[in-house]
Amino acid sequence: MEWETVIGLEVHVQLSTKSKLFSGSATQFGADPNTQANIYDLAMPGTLPVLNADALRMAVRFGVAIGAEIGRRSVFDRKNYFYPDLPKGYQVSQLDYPIVGKGSLTVTLDDGSEKAIGVTRAHMEEDAGKSLHEDYQGMTSIDLNRAGTPLLEIVSEPDIRSAREAVAYLKKLHSIIRYLDISDAIMAQGSMRCDANVSIRPRGETELSTRTEIKNINSFRFVEKAINYEVQRQQDVIEDGGRIVQETRLYDADKDETRSMRSKEVANDYRYFPEPDLLPIVIDEAYIADIRARLPELPDAKKARFCAEYKLGEYDAGVLVSSRELAEYFEIVASGSGDPKLAANWVTGELQGLLNKHNLEVSDSPIQADRLGTLIARIKDETISGKIAKTIFETMLEDSSGVDAIIESKGLKQVTDSFAIEKIVDEVIASNPNQVQQYKEGKQQVISFLVGQAMKLSQRKANPGQVNVLLKEKLK
Amino acid sequence: MAFDKSEVEKIAHLARLHISDLEADEVTARIGDILHLIDQMQSVDTDAVEPLAHPLDVVQRLRRDEITEKNRREELQTLAPSSQDGLYLVPKVLE
Amino acid sequence: MIEKTVAELSVALASGDISSVELTQVYLDRIARFNADLNAFITVCDESAMDQARAADAARANGETGALLGIPMAHKDIFCTQGISTTCGSRILQNFVSPYDATVVEHFKTAGAVTLGKTNMDEFAMGSSNETSFFGPVKNPWDSNRVPGGSSGGSAAAVAAGLCAMATGTDTGGSIRQPAAFCGITGFKPSYGRVSRWGMIAFASSLDQAGPLCQSAEDAALMMNVMAGLDSKDSTSIDKDVEDYTTTLNDSLDGLKIGIPRQHFAQGLSAEVEQTIRDALKEYEKLGATIKEIDLPNNHLSVSAYYVVAPAEASANLSRYDGVRYGYRCENPLDLEDMYKRTRSEGFGDEVKRRIMVGTYALSAGFYDAYYRKAQKIRRLIKNDFNEAFDEVDIIVGPTSPHTAFELGAKSDPVAMYLEDIYTIAVNLAGLPAISIPGGMVDGLPIGMHMVGNDFAEARVLNIAHQFQRQTDWHRNKPAAFTQED
Repeated sequence: MEWETVIGLEVHVQLSTKSKLFSGSATQFGADPNTQANIYDLAMPGTLPVLNADALRMAVRFGVAIGAEIGRRSVFDRKNYFYPDLPKGYQVSQLDYPIVGKGSLTVTLDDGSEKAIGVTRAHMEEDAGKSLHEDYQGMTSIDLNRAGTPLLEIVSEPDIRSAREAVAYLKKLHSIIRYLDISDAIMAQGSMRCDANVSIRPRGETELSTRTEIKNINSFRFVEKAINYEVQRQQDVIEDGGRIVQETRLYDADKDETRSMRSKEVANDYRYFPEPDLLPIVIDEAYIADIRARLPELPDAKKARFCAEYKLGEYDAGVLVSSRELAEYFEIVASGSGDPKLAANWVTGELQGLLNKHNLEVSDSPIQADRLGTLIARIKDETISGKIAKTIFETMLEDSSGVDAIIESKGLKQVTDSFAIEKIVDEVIASNPNQVQQYKEGKQQVISFLVGQAMKLSQRKANPGQVNVLLKEKLK
Repeated sequence: MAFDKSEVEKIAHLARLHISDLEADEVTARIGDILHLIDQMQSVDTDAVEPLAHPLDVVQRLRRDEITEKNRREELQTLAPSSQDGLYLVPKVLE
Repeated sequence: MIEKTVAELSVALASGDISSVELTQVYLDRIARFNADLNAFITVCDESAMDQARAADAARANGETGALLGIPMAHKDIFCTQGISTTCGSRILQNFVSPYDATVVEHFKTAGAVTLGKTNMDEFAMGSSNETSFFGPVKNPWDSNRVPGGSSGGSAAAVAAGLCAMATGTDTGGSIRQPAAFCGITGFKPSYGRVSRWGMIAFASSLDQAGPLCQSAEDAALMMNVMAGLDSKDSTSIDKDVEDYTTTLNDSLDGLKIGIPRQHFAQGLSAEVEQTIRDALKEYEKLGATIKEIDLPNNHLSVSAYYVVAPAEASANLSRYDGVRYGYRCENPLDLEDMYKRTRSEGFGDEVKRRIMVGTYALSAGFYDAYYRKAQKIRRLIKNDFNEAFDEVDIIVGPTSPHTAFELGAKSDPVAMYLEDIYTIAVNLAGLPAISIPGGMVDGLPIGMHMVGNDFAEARVLNIAHQFQRQTDWHRNKPAAFTQED
């Protein structure tokens, strides 16, 4: 039987506020345990929440960015369950009236086609603390620094049809969140976390079938691997005559498998009800308009502009806008070089290669955008050739001086003086009589051999175009 | 609505309370009485009534995103039944 | 001295007739003498009280003034007091020393009042008799076989017995007004949102409100001047100017329209209480008020709706008592589950556990609409009843409780106990201000008169109560056993 995979993702993003969602404690990553847990975070009796204005603003910013409906009257609810890293015994979240309603994201698939994936909703909630399972005389230890950090939970529609699509959606989400500057969204640090709801059904079937929820996936790569594993597992179960049970499964990256979380709880009953310590959040048109006005150019719009303004291809433009920093880097290079297309080639080629090789972010690039711009400008104005430029690019890694200074000091300036080139061309003609004869007899391709000889003679500093023209003239 | 011992068991677990077998009958009866009192509500038709969650008809105030709290770990952990190295300790979670 | 109201003590302190140190010593001596029997205080702060009294006297010597400067008071043990045990009447917080002050406590400190100690209460304010306290019941100063009412029974008894000049309380379903009625004092519940709830241990967040227990409406006005106001730490605290509640106390009542709800003078009300209230109303007619009967047609549903909303909110509010970060933890837990269940079962009393379970049930899957949502709708109907009533009248008057203080142990059936609050509960569901003042006596026991005002009509309610107290002396009655000074 042919199977179709159905995936919905729940993504938790830590909003990058200075203080917590409902208290004035710091949210710094990596602080000493329990040094960022104040009396509200510890659920001391009598303490009360007050909403962080920036957390709200960031959530709305996300909603506006994906063209979603914004909850004009949004309500916090209590989600009740007991766990030692949940100090109040309930998590303040949003159920019926989330801050962000329906919206969608467009992702580019492997074949270059585009697909819209629905976002069902996004809501604000508090993060929990951490249970550390290192041993303290057989006890579990609890760090509540993270408790109360603002989260935006973004829930997708079950529109995703493969692990690759899931990754594309996640990367797009990541890119938008980074563009909006509302979260560090670093999966390895847990500031972006992903749970995947996975089910399979016979192709052609329209009803959803029983799904499992995979938790504990902490990189883009593992999202793909975990889903692929789970899809295969479900197929095997069904093809062996079994049935899929609705359950939560943990992904184990070391073993590359998902496994069922044993739990005594038959079914969770979270007993949601409106949080009486908080009042409804009411948002007016002016608030949304202000956020919309301050929105940065987002990846899709930027891509379209790059294609139109710089005449870039879809693919290159897509790569360049995948991160806000890379796009900004590119634009500096493009304007400095005077040749956006060549700039795009260099940024997506040499520069990306360099960054990947050294595992660097573009913001940490040893070759700054303005220097790369100048380098390309020197190709463009024929001071150097493309080949020489690559040598200079390597030199720039260690040498932080200006591009022109490097060209000067290493004597790499291209020879464009036609008198000097004429001398070289004459020399080549004189020392290669056979080839000259062949050319004259109509063997046109010999010309490139002669150009090559001239370039060699000039130590690659001659302008190859000029050499070509001169040679052809002399051999007429 | 029927309310029996199995319901008591279920909600006691949700609320993380232990009800001994000795208490179970009495607890069931008492809660049954209270639910009976509560069920008087069912005599009124409220289909067209908007729920009132809060007596105040006002909206949420916001606080500025500022760090106003200092680290008080040592002082606050003197209140904890069990702690070590700045961490709260609890018995192991059995899965 | 102890027969003086706060307003009078304030004059005595200002004129130098007595110092705060002397006054504080008088009360501490009386606490030492009477509290063992009365059980009104859980914690007495002898030393810090004297320190505060000395500081108040020094401040006064420095030229500082203030109506409450140097006045000895008590806080219900539901208010967090930094460095002082804060138990909420529960075993689970028996050893809890609060790391911070409630906003209300802070306000009284700033005003220079002296904290004598923390008063007894029903556990987590769940009760109408003070019998659910882990620290034992409080006795009614008028008759030691009777309850003082609850949940602010310790505060009410302490004020009535002259163990403090004034006290704070909290009212979720009548917990200030009913004990005030039973103990023959004045108890005022402000509008929801008027007084900060920060540091006031939550029972039911959408109903809880702090207020004064004292000897007169004038004292309540003085206390409200200190207690009321916006608090940035409490999202439900209202951003509305605070009046000086003393300036309108003597406004004329000529033309005042008093509403008498038929439903509060119906079956279940004792004949003596009814007669007392009807007599008291005649005083208002003398002052130029007119009286008309009104309807609160959904009042009979208030107890049912309340016993869904309050337990539901409480079931979540009390989840934090889990033995992890503070408070009681059971001995030698086997595992996490065992720790939770034994800690909470050993730490909470029966009434608290009952309400947690009722609330958990009301919110559980499949029952939410039938219980919680339904109760919210009834709440709307009750609020609408009041809105309509206040289109016609300025104040609603009736009995605070169907009868005088009952005997200890008389209401062992929870439902019977719940019905004690039939006249007071609707006010919390609607968030309105209401006061109970002594309206008369029957068989040596005080009777409370209940007066409900419109949203944020605190000043008007206090004015109306004060005018009654200018015409009558019921609020001056003291229980005989506590009046001799030696």
